Amino acid sequence: MKLLRAILLRLATMSVTLIGAAVVVFFVIRVVPGNPIAMMLPPGASEEDIARLTAHYGLDKTIFEQFWIWLTGVFHGDFGTSISLRQPVMPLVLSRLPATLELAIFALVIAVMIGGAMALTGVRHRETRTETAIDVANGVGLSIPDFLWALILIVLFGVLMPVFHISGRISPSLDLPFVTQFYVFESIARLRFDLWWDLLKHMFMPALALAIPLAAIISQLLKQSLKETMHLDYVTLSRTKGYSENHVILSEALPNAVLPTLTLIGVQFTFLIGGTVIIERLFSYEGLGNMAIDAVINRDLPLIQGIVIVFALLFTIINLVVDMTYALLNPRLRHA
Amino acid sequence: MSAFLTVNNLSAALHGYDQRVLRSVSFSIDTGEVLGLVGESGAGKSMIGKAILGILPSAISIIEGEILLDGQDLQKLKPADRRRMIGATAALIPQDPLTALNPSRRIEPQITNRLVDILGWSKADARVRALELLNEVHIDNPERVMGSYPHELSGGMRQRVLIASAFAANPKLVIADEPTTALDVTVQKQILRLIRELQERHSTAMVFVTHDLGVVSKVCQRLSVLYGGKIVENSSVPDFFAGPKHAYSRALLAATPKYTDPDASLLPVDEAVIEAVAAEVLASDKEWRHGG
Ligand SMILES: Nc1ncnc2c1ncn2[C@@H]1O[C@H](COP(=O)(O)OP(=O)(O)OP(=O)(O)O)[C@@H](O)[C@H]1O
Ligand SMILES: [Mg+2]
Repeated sequence: MKLLRAILLRLATMSVTLIGAAVVVFFVIRVVPGNPIAMMLPPGASEEDIARLTAHYGLDKTIFEQFWIWLTGVFHGDFGTSISLRQPVMPLVLSRLPATLELAIFALVIAVMIGGAMALTGVRHRETRTETAIDVANGVGLSIPDFLWALILIVLFGVLMPVFHISGRISPSLDLPFVTQFYVFESIARLRFDLWWDLLKHMFMPALALAIPLAAIISQLLKQSLKETMHLDYVTLSRTKGYSENHVILSEALPNAVLPTLTLIGVQFTFLIGGTVIIERLFSYEGLGNMAIDAVINRDLPLIQGIVIVFALLFTIINLVVDMTYALLNPRLRHA
Repeated sequence: MSAFLTVNNLSAALHGYDQRVLRSVSFSIDTGEVLGLVGESGAGKSMIGKAILGILPSAISIIEGEILLDGQDLQKLKPADRRRMIGATAALIPQDPLTALNPSRRIEPQITNRLVDILGWSKADARVRALELLNEVHIDNPERVMGSYPHELSGGMRQRVLIASAFAANPKLVIADEPTTALDVTVQKQILRLIRELQERHSTAMVFVTHDLGVVSKVCQRLSVLYGGKIVENSSVPDFFAGPKHAYSRALLAATPKYTDPDASLLPVDEAVIEAVAAEVLASDKEWRHGG
C-alpha cells in the first residue's frame, strides 16, 4: 500500500515535470524573435506564399490555440510535423535518440571508471604525493568545461596523433547491417566487432570530453566520502580482524561511501546529456543534440518541442533510476 | 607460566613532534587475567589498545619498545603477517555499538567474516559457530538476528553481537575499550556480566579500558593507572583498593563514587596532585631524552 502510494506520487511528479517543461518550451520559443516560415522560403517569396505556409503550420492562430492543438496532438501520440524536415517529429527524434544515448552511456562508463579508479587510488595512498597529484588532476578536470576538452582532444588525438576519428558516428564506407539505431549494442549482438571498433573510434573523443569533468567530480566526492568512512569505527574494527588495507577499502568502506556519490552521479549525468548538444555538434555526431541545434537555427518549433520533451522524459527517468538504485543499496531505506 | 601479552617500554608519538602520546609504557597480562586501564580522558588508554591491535591513527606511530603477543614480537613481523597474527589471536570490543557495525551489511557476515576470510573456515561451519555464539551472548532469536541489519537492533543487542563477533575465533586476548559507556545503565550491568562470563569461560587475557574504578574492582585482577600516556601505578586490584601507592591514584580513588554512599560529595582531583603528576611526566620525558 505504502509502495503503491510512493509509485503513484512519483508518477504524478513526473507528469507535472513533463507538462511544466512542455509549457515553458512552447511559450518561450514563440516569444523569441525569428520566423520559421521565413527560414524555409527562398528570398523574395510572395506575401501570399508566406501567408499560406503560415496558415498551413497553424502559426496564424493565437499562441493559446496553438498550444491547445499541440497538446491534444501529443495526447494522441502526434507531436506535429517538423517544419524544416517536413516529416513527423516523433519518428525523427526517436531515430536520433539511440545515438545520443549510446554516447552518453559510454561517457558515463568512462567517467565512473576513471573517477572511481582515481578515488580508490587516492584513499589507498592518502596523505601522500599520489593524493596531491590526484587532487591537482581533479582541479584541472573540473575547471575546463567539456567543449574545451573536446577541442583539446581534437588537437591531441585528431591532429597531432590521429588515432581516433574526429567526425561522424561511423565510417561512411562501411556496409551497415543494422536494423535498430543502437549501433553499438547491435554490433555486439551481431558479433561484428569490426563495426563495434569503428563506432568506438568515433565515440571515444566526444565521450571522453563529456566524461572528464564528470570523472573529476566523481573522483573528488568519492575520495572525500571514502576518507571520511575510513575513520569510522566499523572500518577500524574490520582492520583488527586481519584484513588488508585494500580489502578494508573495497568491501567495508566503499559500499557505504558510494551512496552520496550515486545521487550526485544522477544529477551530473543529466548535465552530461545536456552537454551532448554542443559536443555532438563539434564532432558532427549524428545524435539528438546535433539535431536540436539545427532545429533551433531553423526555428523548427515542433521539432524543438519534441526534442525537449524527450530530453525531459529522459531526465525524469534517470532520476527515477537513481532513486531506485539508492533505495536498493541502502538497507535503511529498503526496510523503511 | 610466561605472560601472554607483554608490553615493554612502549612509546608512541605524533609524526614530526617529539612529544610522546605513550611514554615508555610497560605491563604484562597472563592468560585468563584481566588488566584494567584507568585514567582521565585523553590519558592514552585507547591509544595503548590501538597500538597493540595495530590500528594507531596514521599520524601516530610507535617509536620504541616492543609488544610481545604469545612470545612473538609484533614489531618484527612483516605488516601482512602481523595483521594476520593479530586477527587470529586478538579481538576488540569497541566502545560504541552504534557505529561499530557496518550499516549496509547483515549481522551474519559481520560475525563470521574473520572466520571465513582470515582463518579459512567454510561458510557453513562459520554459520554454525555464529549461531552458537549468539546463544552464548543470550540472544533469543539468533536466526533472525543473523539476517538483520544493524539499524534493526537496539544498542544492547548490537553490543552483544559485537561481543559475539569478538569471541568468534576463540581469541587469546580481548581488548575491551569502554565497552559499556555508550549503553544505558540497566544494559551496562548485563553487558559487563556477559563479558566477564565469556572471559572466564574461555580463559581469555583481557585489557579492560574504563573510567570507572567500581567496574575495575568487579572485573579486573590488576590495574594500571595512566596519566599523560605514562603508567603511574601498576598494582593488583586488592592492593590498590587497600591503599594506592601513588598520590594521583589516591586522588582518583577518592573521586570515585562509593556504592555504599553514592550521594556523598566527591572530591575533585586536587590541583596540586595534578601538577605533581604532570611534573613527574615531564621529568620522565627529560630522562628519556637523555637516555635515548
Ligand atoms: N588521531 C590523533 N591524532 C593526534 N593525536 C591524537 C589522535 N587521537 C588521539 N590523540 C591524542 O592521544 C592522546 C590519547 O588519546 P586516547 O584516545 O588514547 O585517550 P583515552 O585515554 O582513550 O581517552 P577517553 O577516555 O576520552 O577515551 C590524547 O591526548 C589525544 O589528544
Ligand atoms: Mg578512549
